[in-house]
Amino acid sequence: MVDGSETITFNPQSGQPVQGGGAGGGDLTDQMIATDWWTDQMLADAGIPIYDVPFVTVGGGIGSFVMADYLRIAGVPLENIKVLTNIDRPYQTYQFLCKNSQIPSKERLRSDSAATPDNIWGFPGYAIREGWNDKSLRPWINVFTEPVIDDFYTPRAGDVFSSMDREAARIRWQGMLAKGQVRMVRRRQEGGYFTILTPPTGTTRTKRIAYRSHFVHLSVGYPGLRYLRDLQAYRETYEDYRTVVNAYEPHEHVYEDLKRRPGVVMIRGAGIVASRILQRLVDDRDYHGAQTTIMHLFRTYRTQPKVDKKWGGGKQEVRHGWAYQGFNVTKASWGGQHRFKLLELEGQERKDFIDYIGGGAHTPRRKDWREQIDRGLQQGFYRQHVGTVDKVVPGADGESVVSTVKGQDGSVTDIAVRYIIDCTGLVGSPRDHRVLADLLDHGGAGENVIGRLDCEPNFEIRGTRSGAGKMYAGGASTAGSYYGGVDSFLGLQYTAQQIYLDLQKQGFCSRIGPGRSFSQWLKWARNKTI
Amino acid sequence: MTPTINGRIQSKLFLLLVIGPIWNAFLVLFFDGGWLDNWWATIQVLLWTAGLGILWELLWHALQQTRWEKDWPIMFGLLQFIPEGVLVFFVVSSSFLGLIAGSGMGGGDSGVGTGPFLWSFITTVLVTWTWINGPHRIFFIRWRFEGGRFV
Repeated sequence: MVDGSETITFNPQSGQPVQGGGAGGGDLTDQMIATDWWTDQMLADAGIPIYDVPFVTVGGGIGSFVMADYLRIAGVPLENIKVLTNIDRPYQTYQFLCKNSQIPSKERLRSDSAATPDNIWGFPGYAIREGWNDKSLRPWINVFTEPVIDDFYTPRAGDVFSSMDREAARIRWQGMLAKGQVRMVRRRQEGGYFTILTPPTGTTRTKRIAYRSHFVHLSVGYPGLRYLRDLQAYRETYEDYRTVVNAYEPHEHVYEDLKRRPGVVMIRGAGIVASRILQRLVDDRDYHGAQTTIMHLFRTYRTQPKVDKKWGGGKQEVRHGWAYQGFNVTKASWGGQHRFKLLELEGQERKDFIDYIGGGAHTPRRKDWREQIDRGLQQGFYRQHVGTVDKVVPGADGESVVSTVKGQDGSVTDIAVRYIIDCTGLVGSPRDHRVLADLLDHGGAGENVIGRLDCEPNFEIRGTRSGAGKMYAGGASTAGSYYGGVDSFLGLQYTAQQIYLDLQKQGFCSRIGPGRSFSQWLKWARNKTI
Repeated sequence: MTPTINGRIQSKLFLLLVIGPIWNAFLVLFFDGGWLDNWWATIQVLLWTAGLGILWELLWHALQQTRWEKDWPIMFGLLQFIPEGVLVFFVVSSSFLGLIAGSGMGGGDSGVGTGPFLWSFITTVLVTWTWINGPHRIFFIRWRFEGGRFV
């Protein structure tokens, strides 16, 4: 249900109030869709009710959550923030993707101890909390010795989710939600923005409602799953969505089948998702009697460590074709010298540097994963092949799928497997997201050096300013801007901080100086509702 | 927190010139002799540690450049105080240069005694290192994203 204050607009001719069911039917008109800048009257004429709220965040995922958390801690009242979303809990989409890519709640994510979406300070980190709760020194020793003696500490997925539940209750997250599908954000001629929401059928009088705000924050995540071109072609041509799957979509049937009878499965990609899928397949061998053979197809088989003298010393470790790095961008990108370097760079240089700090497939060092790879190569159940795929077709036996692979030496090999798991990721292009595409076409936004949303260092979306209003973005859609790890817990915290600083300069919220910070932290520690 | 050279120096000065004196004001209650004499001696030791520490930070920064991720593990942040401490001890100890004024920290007319130095130096390192790796963030929310800088 929608709450907040509804503005009743009067028709200047008739003097009668115009609301839902007014002149228009409460839906978008062709004129509105074609117009970049809207007026209040246009919405009134269309019969779309307008709700006023100063700050709107679109998405309702972890990015929106961290942003709202910052603002609530900076003293913004509950009623001044509206979260437009189609999910109930902020980590819902993330959890879905984790579960499919084989990170159930008890398994560990790839984020730093101090990357805490439930706590703007990053203290206490998840390692300290885990040690405290489990009465174990192990996580504490881990953060002390990482990454020199031990692998990086990373938190358990379930611990992160439950910490966010606690913080959501504390900042009264539910009280800020408005459920529905956001259709578009358009600039308002008199300043600020209109965000059009399509609420669930039957919950409102009109099909659409509009939020009129000074500020908009877009944190909408990934538009969808990405399939390698040859795999996409196979799926569409043969309408087979069971044999060729993306690691991020539900594909438990693959593991169930492979537990029942021996088979060969192909993995494409060499990032962390490939690591997780590989672990699941080997675990099923080790603990559930599966007889699976894993064929890992590399497009790029890394034999040389990554070095680039232009940007600095040191080498990125490689082993058995895989590249290893703690997190998705170098440690110094989060707040160290790589962050400052990136702030200085434009155009091709920025693109090159982003590639240096995080480009190419890589995965974190984990002892258990390395042991499984070593053992698999030794015993022959894990095989590696290097090449590019020309085409994928169904096998003659009606059960397998055959990839025609061209090796680097020009040789062509047909590889038949029962399943192919695409571990290459998610779609990031704003063109593929309805709201972002609309923003490119009608909102003044542009694309950056890697084709995502072009943002200022403070995450204001370039070209979208509307009078005194500003529009910001966060998360995956802002990759390629002035910060490396935008699509991560710590990156979302950084982004929210930059936006908060800009909003504070404009007088929208209080400054979180040492005094306020300390008092608010005490409230966090005591779980006091704000 | 991954430091930049600027952040390294700023954080070090903050720790040794703000947190260090506060801690030592408490610690010297347990030293023989006058509180003020002892405290003044610990502050001089801290000033030497800070002054020389700036030079050390240049070296640590150079070593950091050889690492792929340009990071500085928490453990290094503690271990770096071993060579730093040895050098400071050489400068302030009455057995060596003894470049400390006054009679605090059991050193006679100049320089500090070994026992009081070890107590002060080791506990200061542990207190400041613990502070900067944890509670510091409760007060300064931007610090961890700014490479350890305050300004």
